[in-house]
Amino acid sequence: MATEVAEAERRRGSTRAGATGPRYPGWLALPALAWYVLFFVGPLAIMGVYSFAEVSGFTDVAFNWNLGNYRYLWDPLYGEIFLRTLKLALIGTVTTLLIGFPFAYYLARYAKHKTLLLMLVIVPFWTSFLIRTYSWLIMLDPEFPLFRALGLEEFVADAELLYTTKAIYVGVVYNYLPLMVLPLYAALERMDWTLVEAAQDLGDNAFRAFRRVTLPLVLPGVIAGSLLVFIPLTGEFLIPSILGGEKVFYVGNLIAQQFGEARDWPFGAAIAMVVIGGMTVALMLYARVLGKQEQYGG
Amino acid sequence: MARRLLRVHALLVFAFLYAPILVVVVLAFNGGRQVLYWEGFSTKWFAAALRNPDIRDSLQTSLVVAALNAVVACVLGTLLALALSRMRAWVRVPIDALAYMTLVTPEIVFGIAALIFFVEAGALVGLESPLGIWTILVAHVVFNASVVALIVRARFVGMGQSFEEASFDLGAGPLATFRQVTLPRLAPAILAGGLLAFTFSFDDFYTSFFVSGVDSETLPIYIFSQLRFGVSPEINATAAMILGLTLAAIVVAYLVLRRTSQGREATVAPGV
Repeated sequence: MATEVAEAERRRGSTRAGATGPRYPGWLALPALAWYVLFFVGPLAIMGVYSFAEVSGFTDVAFNWNLGNYRYLWDPLYGEIFLRTLKLALIGTVTTLLIGFPFAYYLARYAKHKTLLLMLVIVPFWTSFLIRTYSWLIMLDPEFPLFRALGLEEFVADAELLYTTKAIYVGVVYNYLPLMVLPLYAALERMDWTLVEAAQDLGDNAFRAFRRVTLPLVLPGVIAGSLLVFIPLTGEFLIPSILGGEKVFYVGNLIAQQFGEARDWPFGAAIAMVVIGGMTVALMLYARVLGKQEQYGG
Repeated sequence: MARRLLRVHALLVFAFLYAPILVVVVLAFNGGRQVLYWEGFSTKWFAAALRNPDIRDSLQTSLVVAALNAVVACVLGTLLALALSRMRAWVRVPIDALAYMTLVTPEIVFGIAALIFFVEAGALVGLESPLGIWTILVAHVVFNASVVALIVRARFVGMGQSFEEASFDLGAGPLATFRQVTLPRLAPAILAGGLLAFTFSFDDFYTSFFVSGVDSETLPIYIFSQLRFGVSPEINATAAMILGLTLAAIVVAYLVLRRTSQGREATVAPGV
């Protein structure tokens, strides 16, 4: 183990020398670490315990270590909600990728004022998620002034956007697009475009050069962006409850409901554990892909 | 040709990103009662929103939580960044992973975990309803400390540490070194991190939704509860004020970070 670490540090070069020089003491990490353990790891652990408990009486919780909550989740009704959520997360990820990739590509390769434009992408992302979501209640309304000015009220009304799955998808793509663009941009920004030119000089057409040179090099960015979109989407419930008018149910809504009117906290905890499980698997796959990349990339 | 298409696409994406924000802000100045029908420019809904006691209360809660959160997150995050910067990998990597976990875990999961934790901990000490301004604060600090640590550490590693090494070599302790060497150079990054922590807390919905008490609603929670009755000009005016505040914080953070990465760094950079 120790030799492995030493080997890893030697490969990284600078860290080893740095780690032996005079430095700030490690215990400075303790306050933050204590905060994480007490208020992050602790709550997640208690939630794990809760997922094996069950409600007894009106509000009490009995800790009797059974799998009832998880077995309950096998009900086709919940299976449907899980599948719908998976679909939302997948379509959301693919759509933001399709819109975000050419956008990030332009920013990284051709745009002039890169820093400014990048800032313009980040700013909406840092403003209130709630406001950016509810604004679509206005913009998808058939009576929206723009639609009235263009005489499109009836067309939009017939399309039935508001309070349907369509509105939810618009909200999802809108809110998650910056999360996709940022890692894509970071990867594309580091690209050495002379490699692409070399491939084209040697006879690849633009598409082949893209597929064989650009894509493999920016793949980590694509995966990072996809995870950043996919993971939070599995727990999304604000967008469906505002733009879907609480009519379409996703895993996030299901969890929130257990802590609201349903008052079944243990069941809600079990659903959340499943979400965490999915997230862990996704992150482990990501780490593996990255590890492979580094092996080959040197 | 392809480049021109990409350019048009980029313009459309920017329009897409900003249209919803602009729409809310413009309609906040609508004098009429109905959101979708323009009846002339007016600031009356801003005045109405500021007179509404519910909005004032929740605004106050949001501001207090966001400000305290920023201060605590700055202290914890900066200390963490200093400690992590040169730690041995086997200690650093797990702590790093934990900090990242606080940022990638879906907020709804953390929100309910925190809710269960606070209620159970409250029951342990005999509190009937422990939820309130303090529980929101404690929960917000969890992920905002990581935000500050991320920003401060990037800066700390980026500027090189020969000054710190020299200071330690000359016999100064960590406290003296921090005050005289590190803090002056890191102050902009800490300030920027603090401003971001402020906006993230101020805008937070998910975590606050679960851990706020009945009489400790934050502004986003209030707006969410009002959306059940549809969008109103008053909501738009409130939203416009929130956007203004967060935008100001972001712009200041950006300017502070940019100025230091250009100006001061130039004098330190060679040979570091």
